[in-house]
Amino acid sequence: MAIFTDFTNEHIAQNQGSKKNLHKRKFIEKFSFSFIWLAATFTIVILFFLVGYVISNGIKVIDLEFLTTRPAGGVSGKGGISTTVVTTIYLVFLTISIAAPLGIGAAVFMIEYAPEFLKTKGFATHLIQIIRTSVEILAGVPSIIFGLFGFAVFVSYMKLKFSLLSAGLSGACLILPVIIRTTEEAILTVPKSYREGSLALGATKWQTVFNVILPSAMPGIITGIILSVGRVIAETAVFWVTLGGSYRLPKNLLSSGRSMALHVYMLASETRAFDKALGTSAILIVIIIFLNLFINIASRQFSKKFSGK
Amino acid sequence: MMVRKLLLIIASTSVLIVGLIFLFTFIESTDAIYQIGLGDLLTGTIWRPGAIIGDTEGQFGLIPMILGSIYSTLGAILLGVPLSIFTAIFLAEIAPPLIRDLFRPAVELLAGIPSVIFGLFGMIVLAPLIRNFEVAGNSGFGILNASIILAIMILPTITNVAEDAIRAVPDSYRHAALAMGATRWQTIITIVLPAARSGIVAAIILGIGRALGETMALIMVIGNSIAIPTPLDGNPLTLLLATARTLTGNIAVEINYAAGVHRSALFFTGVLLFLLLLIINRIAHFILKERKIS
Repeated sequence: MAIFTDFTNEHIAQNQGSKKNLHKRKFIEKFSFSFIWLAATFTIVILFFLVGYVISNGIKVIDLEFLTTRPAGGVSGKGGISTTVVTTIYLVFLTISIAAPLGIGAAVFMIEYAPEFLKTKGFATHLIQIIRTSVEILAGVPSIIFGLFGFAVFVSYMKLKFSLLSAGLSGACLILPVIIRTTEEAILTVPKSYREGSLALGATKWQTVFNVILPSAMPGIITGIILSVGRVIAETAVFWVTLGGSYRLPKNLLSSGRSMALHVYMLASETRAFDKALGTSAILIVIIIFLNLFINIASRQFSKKFSGK
Repeated sequence: MMVRKLLLIIASTSVLIVGLIFLFTFIESTDAIYQIGLGDLLTGTIWRPGAIIGDTEGQFGLIPMILGSIYSTLGAILLGVPLSIFTAIFLAEIAPPLIRDLFRPAVELLAGIPSVIFGLFGMIVLAPLIRNFEVAGNSGFGILNASIILAIMILPTITNVAEDAIRAVPDSYRHAALAMGATRWQTIITIVLPAARSGIVAAIILGIGRALGETMALIMVIGNSIAIPTPLDGNPLTLLLATARTLTGNIAVEINYAAGVHRSALFFTGVLLFLLLLIINRIAHFILKERKIS
């Protein structure tokens, strides 16, 4: 009996203790959660402040004249951004048309054909492993190294000078891993039944890839390409050492030019025309926001398509 | 069969590019290695390309830039890592779905903003603020400015990878902890985060790689001086206000007009950077792969 009483008393004491303990734990939880809310909010505040500051200050200099006149050159910081917009568009087309076929082809190979190669032992097996590692390495190479590489190979060794072509080739190397990775992911989400259906109908492997898999994966591939467009528009380091920076309109693939992002850098560090640098930045940010919106919508639809909802 | 071979050749482009990057930067840097010597390049404390001073004898020691890269990256990690990890915990564990759907695109947007715009922001907004510290020689440009800008720039990288790692922890872990009477916070701290630890470490390593590789934003805010960064006065904290130059900045600032050994020394800077980031990224990939297997 005595033992039983002891037990109860102890039990009650424990119970009271754990209640107090629970309060303490709940308090710590509340405190920590508010702290994390605060930190996350701070992150968003930084973003909104940065974007808001650039857009609200940049919009002051943006008018039709700013968009349609070319930069005056020299250190005056006068003029608009017309030629830089055109150069940026040229660069986007050039890099994408070089990198997209290579990137999509590489991704198709790695997902659809590489597994067959892996069954046969030998050189091919090693090569596939080496390709995979190379893509990973490329994705981590900082852009200034791509610039240095482009400077050594295209600008100096191949004597393409500071030109759209040099910049386009270097830029293509920069976005190649992005396109490979996103295309691989897109192809992986195409259900196996699509392949089996096509092969069962008597289509060859390549017919299946070209007529069934690539069209199904297209939204994902386009997402990757849009992502790369964003990378090219935002890139500066590569073009700083390969594009030359001329403010004139490029006449052909071998003329020098200046992209919008490069123009921001040159305005800010060489002329101190901060208002115009902010104006150009505001346009860049708005473009990036639209590209991101597009990617979000596209990838949402893509995942909807295959989740069957 | 033809198609397969053609695709194999296309897929090998990446190997070719990696090979060419290494080959060309290495070949271009051999002049510097022979004429200056590896030891002098890596331990020399003075960087003075002759062409600028008008003196024929240049000195090419990379210690100032190595220190500049280390200081600015350390600063960025100190400021950026806590914020990134908290944001990742928030997105993965705490945020209500609606808030998360608003926050995620915002973090993605941060990753897409051109680096020159961060640099511009540092020049126009941060520099005048930092100039308020009344220390002789404080220009507003320097390690502190660079660290803040870098911290913002590495935030999306670390947040995304860390969030994935936290999300990858099986729900059964959480349920077990909650069923044992742990609060949600105790579950996160004692169960979820330790389980996601290796992924979070990989996230931080990738963030370090991103910080070391950043170029344009840094040359806009760090001051680009070629001297070893030292505190401006007796207070060691004023080291943060000192101007510096990073390895990446060294290449970008001088490559367009460099010639001879000077040019070769810049390529050597590139080789150093390439190898450094190769190691860093390989470690991060290795950790992430080990996680997937387990």
